[in-house]
Amino acid sequence: MPAISFVLNGRSRTVTVAADTPLLWVLRDTLGMTGTKFGCGVAQCGACTVHVDGAATRTCVLPVSSVAGKHVTTIEGLSPNRSHPVQRAWIEEDVPQCGYCQSGQIMAAAALLAQTAHPTDADIDEAMTNICRCGTYQRIRAAIHRAAKGA
Amino acid sequence: MAAGKRKATERRKDGKGIQDTSMGPPAVPSFRRIGKAFRKVDATAKVTGVTKFADDLFLPRMLFAKVLRSTQPHARIRRIDVSRALALDGVHAVLTGRDLPIPFGILPVSQDEHALALDKVRFVGDPVAAVAARSEEIATAALDLIVVEYEPLAAIASAEDAVETPDPRIHDYGHGGNLHKVVSLEFGDVERGFAEADLVREDLLFFEGSTHLPMEQHAAVADWSPDRKLTLWSSTQTPHYVHRALAQVLELPPARIRVIATPNGGAFGGKSDPFSHEIVVAKLAMVTGRPVKITLTREEVFYCHRGRHPTLMWVKTGVKRDGAITAMHFRSLLDGGAYGSYGVASTYYTGALQTVTYHIPRYKFQGARAFTNKPPCGPKRGHGTPQPRFALEVHLDKIAEQLGLDPAELRLRHLVPPDSVTANYLRVGSIGLGDCIRKVVDGSGWKDHFRKLPFGQGVGLACSSYLTGAGLPVYWNDMPHSGVQLKCDRGGGVTVFCGSTEIGQGSDSVLAIIVAEVLGLDPFDVAVVAADTDLTPVDLGSYSSRVTLMTGNAAIQAAERARDILARYAGERLGVSAVRVRFADGRVCDAADPTRAISFAEAVQLAEAAQGTVGTMGSYTPPRSPASGRYRGAGVGPSPAYSYSAAVAEVVVEPDTGIVRVPRIWIAHDVGRCINAAAVIGQIEGSVYMGLGEALMEEMPYRANRHVVHKIPSLLEYKSPTTLEMCDVVTYIVEHPDPNGPFGAKEAGQGPLLPVMPAVANAVYDAVGVRVDEVPITPEKVLKALKRKAKGEPPRYGPTSFPAIPWPEPTYVPPPWEDVDTIATASRHR
Repeated sequence: MPAISFVLNGRSRTVTVAADTPLLWVLRDTLGMTGTKFGCGVAQCGACTVHVDGAATRTCVLPVSSVAGKHVTTIEGLSPNRSHPVQRAWIEEDVPQCGYCQSGQIMAAAALLAQTAHPTDADIDEAMTNICRCGTYQRIRAAIHRAAKGA
Repeated sequence: MAAGKRKATERRKDGKGIQDTSMGPPAVPSFRRIGKAFRKVDATAKVTGVTKFADDLFLPRMLFAKVLRSTQPHARIRRIDVSRALALDGVHAVLTGRDLPIPFGILPVSQDEHALALDKVRFVGDPVAAVAARSEEIATAALDLIVVEYEPLAAIASAEDAVETPDPRIHDYGHGGNLHKVVSLEFGDVERGFAEADLVREDLLFFEGSTHLPMEQHAAVADWSPDRKLTLWSSTQTPHYVHRALAQVLELPPARIRVIATPNGGAFGGKSDPFSHEIVVAKLAMVTGRPVKITLTREEVFYCHRGRHPTLMWVKTGVKRDGAITAMHFRSLLDGGAYGSYGVASTYYTGALQTVTYHIPRYKFQGARAFTNKPPCGPKRGHGTPQPRFALEVHLDKIAEQLGLDPAELRLRHLVPPDSVTANYLRVGSIGLGDCIRKVVDGSGWKDHFRKLPFGQGVGLACSSYLTGAGLPVYWNDMPHSGVQLKCDRGGGVTVFCGSTEIGQGSDSVLAIIVAEVLGLDPFDVAVVAADTDLTPVDLGSYSSRVTLMTGNAAIQAAERARDILARYAGERLGVSAVRVRFADGRVCDAADPTRAISFAEAVQLAEAAQGTVGTMGSYTPPRSPASGRYRGAGVGPSPAYSYSAAVAEVVVEPDTGIVRVPRIWIAHDVGRCINAAAVIGQIEGSVYMGLGEALMEEMPYRANRHVVHKIPSLLEYKSPTTLEMCDVVTYIVEHPDPNGPFGAKEAGQGPLLPVMPAVANAVYDAVGVRVDEVPITPEKVLKALKRKAKGEPPRYGPTSFPAIPWPEPTYVPPPWEDVDTIATASRHR
C-alpha cells in the first residue's frame, strides 16, 4: 500500500492505505476525525463535505490518492474555537436539529462564502445541494446571509 | 375578518358544549426562560463536529459486524453453511438464527421478529446471518462465503394481494390469512346520521408509503465486560424498549444490561423499534469478548424501514347544508410489510384522531392491516394519522365545494369545543384550531386568492391535530411514563438525569430550560444526563410527541421539590418564610425586597449542611382516559393533550408537464405554550419540509413481479426535497395552554406535518381543476388527470375501488351524548 501525504487542517499527514480508499474513511477511521459524516456513499447528500484546496468536496467516493499534496480542511479545522462566521451564524440562527448533516452544510457554506462574499438566494440554491432531513433549509439560508454580514 | 377582536360564543345545536372562538390572547404568566428563543444546549457541539453519534465511537480491540440479508421475498431456509466464512482469516464469529432463537417485537401482541431468521425469510433484506471480523472489509467478504439454500414461497406484493391470497401465510398469527389486524368499531348509529344528512359523499384516497431517511444510518456498539455486563450504545429513540428486548432475547437480567442512546442523527420514528442489528451486535460482543460495532449501509436503512404504511382509504360523510357533520364512516387498508412492528397501533391510529378536530356525532371506523413481503412499516412522524388526515381534509374540501361553502368557514363553524369528549371518548383539553385557521387565512390572503387565481396557480387549506404523547405505554403497566432525577451541586450547578432521548427535537434543551425556569438559573448552567439506563430514570422514549409534556412535567416536579428544600434554608438565612423566597438569575432572594439575596450556590450549601446531599425526583403518568376500558382499542388515541395545526399552501402547476411547485406554505400551530420558541419554529419548519416531500415526491416503490425488490434503496433515487424544492414557510405560533402540559405546553414535532399533504392536494385542484386523490402528487399523475379532464372524463387521478374485506360485526359503543351513564354523571356535576 502506498504512503499518501496531504495537509490536513494545517498539519502534514501521511497515511498508508489502499490508494482507492475514499478520503472519508481515511479521515474517520485512520485519522480519527469523526466530525465529517457518511450519509449516502454516492456523493448525493453532502454529509461528507470537506474543503480540498478551498473547494467544497464530497469525500465518500473521492479516492484518497486524489488529494495527495493538497490541503484538506474538515469541520475540526474550520476554526479553533467555533469562531468562523458560518459557525457563529449557525448558532445565532439555531440551525442544527439532529446536527448530523451540519458539518457538511457548514463546510459547503464556508466554501461558498469564501468565493462569493455576499451570495444571493440563487447563489445559495446553486451551491447548497446538501440534504437535511430535519428540514433546516430556511435557517441555513438565513444563516448564510447572516454570516455574509460577518455573523 | 377582524383578527384579535372577534368573539363568538355559541352553544352547539346538539347541546354538547360551548364553542369559544375568541381571538383574545390567553393571559401570559411572567416567565423568565419559558417561551424565549434559546439556541439549543447542544448547538455548539453540533456546529463544531464534536457531537458523538454512534458510528463516531471507537473502542480498543473493536471488531466490526455485518449482516447477511435475504435475497428472497418469501422463502423457507433449507440450509445455512457458514463454515467457509468462519474459516476466513480475520473472522471472529458468525451467528445464525439458531444462536438467537427467542422472538421479539416492540408490541407485546406481535412478538414476531427474530434477530436472524430462524427458518423463514419474509422480505428481501430480512436478516439471516451475521459476522464479526477484524475489519468491515473482512466482514463483508465473509458474507459472500455464507451459503443459504432457500425454498421459495409465493410472495405477497401489496395489501390487495394479501386480502385475496390467504395462502401461503406470511405469519401463523394475526386475524387470519395474510391479514394481521382487523378493527371494526361504531360509535353511535351512523346509518341514522346519514339519514339525517342533506348531503352524503364518498371518496377513495391512497397514501403511498415513504421512509424516514434519517441522514445518520442506524449504528450500534456493544461491549461485554469480564464481569458479565453488557453495554450497548445505539442510535435509538427508545433505549428503554431496547433494554427490554436485549434482556428477553439474550436471556440476561436487565440489571446486567446498560443501554445508552447516542444522539440520533435524525430518527423521525425510524429508530423506535428494537432492531435485529442491536441484538446481533450485543451477542457478537458476548461471543467474542470484544467490543463490536455495526453501522448499517444506506441500503440496509431502507430495509429496516418501519416507515409510513401505504394506506388505501374510503370515507363516507353525511353533512347538513351548513357543513355540520351528521355521521362519518371511515375505512383503511394498511400495507404492513413483513412484520408487526407498531402495526396494531398504526391500524387504530388510522381511525382514532378524525374526531378531535371537527365535531362528529356518530363515527364508524373499520381498519385492516395486511402482511406483505416487503420491509416492515411502522411509525413515521405522525404515526398512522397523516394518511387519514390527508383523506379527511381532501374529502372536506370536496364537500365544501358541493355545499358552496368556503372550506375555511366550513371548518371554523364545526370545531370540537374545548374541554369536551369526542364520540370515541377522547378527552380534548385546549383547542386553538380556530385561531390557527384564522391566522393562516389572514396571513395568506386566502379570501383574495381562493378560486380567484389564474389557471395554473392555486391555494389550498387543511387542518390537523396530533397527540402530545400516547396515553398508554407500549407494554401495560401502572408505572410513570417519565422520570427525572435532579441533583444540586454545592458549586451552584444542577444536573438533571432523565431517560429521554435527544433526536434533534431539542429534548435536552427542554429539560434544561424547564429546570432553569423553576430554579432561576441559566439553562446553559444545567447539565443534562440523558438516555442511559444505568444513570437515568426510565423515560419511555422519543416517540408519539411525548417528551416535552411527560419529561417536562416530571422535570417541573423534581425542580419544584428542590426549590422547596432550598427555599426553606435560604429563607432561614434571609429571615423570611419559605413562601417569600424567590429564585432568579442565579440568586435566591426575598420577594418583598429582592436586594436581600444569597447566591444559588450558597442556598445549596446551606441545605446540604443542614440535611445532606440535595437530590430530588419527579415523575409523570398521564391521566386516565374516559375511553379507558370502554372498548377494545381504546388504548390508542388518548393523549394528555392534542396539538392543532392549520396550513395554507400556495402552488404553481405547469399544465404542460404536470410539475407542481410550492413557493410558500403558511402554517399556524397551537403548541399550548412555547417552551423554546426557536426550537418550536424549527420543528414546525421541519414538519412542513417532511410533509412537502410526502406531498410531492417521496415513495417506497417495489418491483412486484421481480422478487418484490425495492426499486431504489439509495439516496441517488429516493427523491427528497433539497433547498431548491423547499418552500418558504411562514409560521404562526398559537398558544392555547393545556392544563395537562408543562406550563401549558403541547407538542410541535409531528402535528405540523399533517396538514401539508392535503393542503397541497387541495391547492392543486384550485390551480388546475383536477383532483389527485393520492400522494405523492407526481407530474405523471397530474398530467393523467389533466388529460382525463380534456377528454371530458372525471378530472381525477386516484384509486377506484376498495377490496371486499370480511369485516366483523362492529363493536357498538354509544357516544357520550347517547350513553346513559355519561349523561347521568354530567348532570350530577351541573
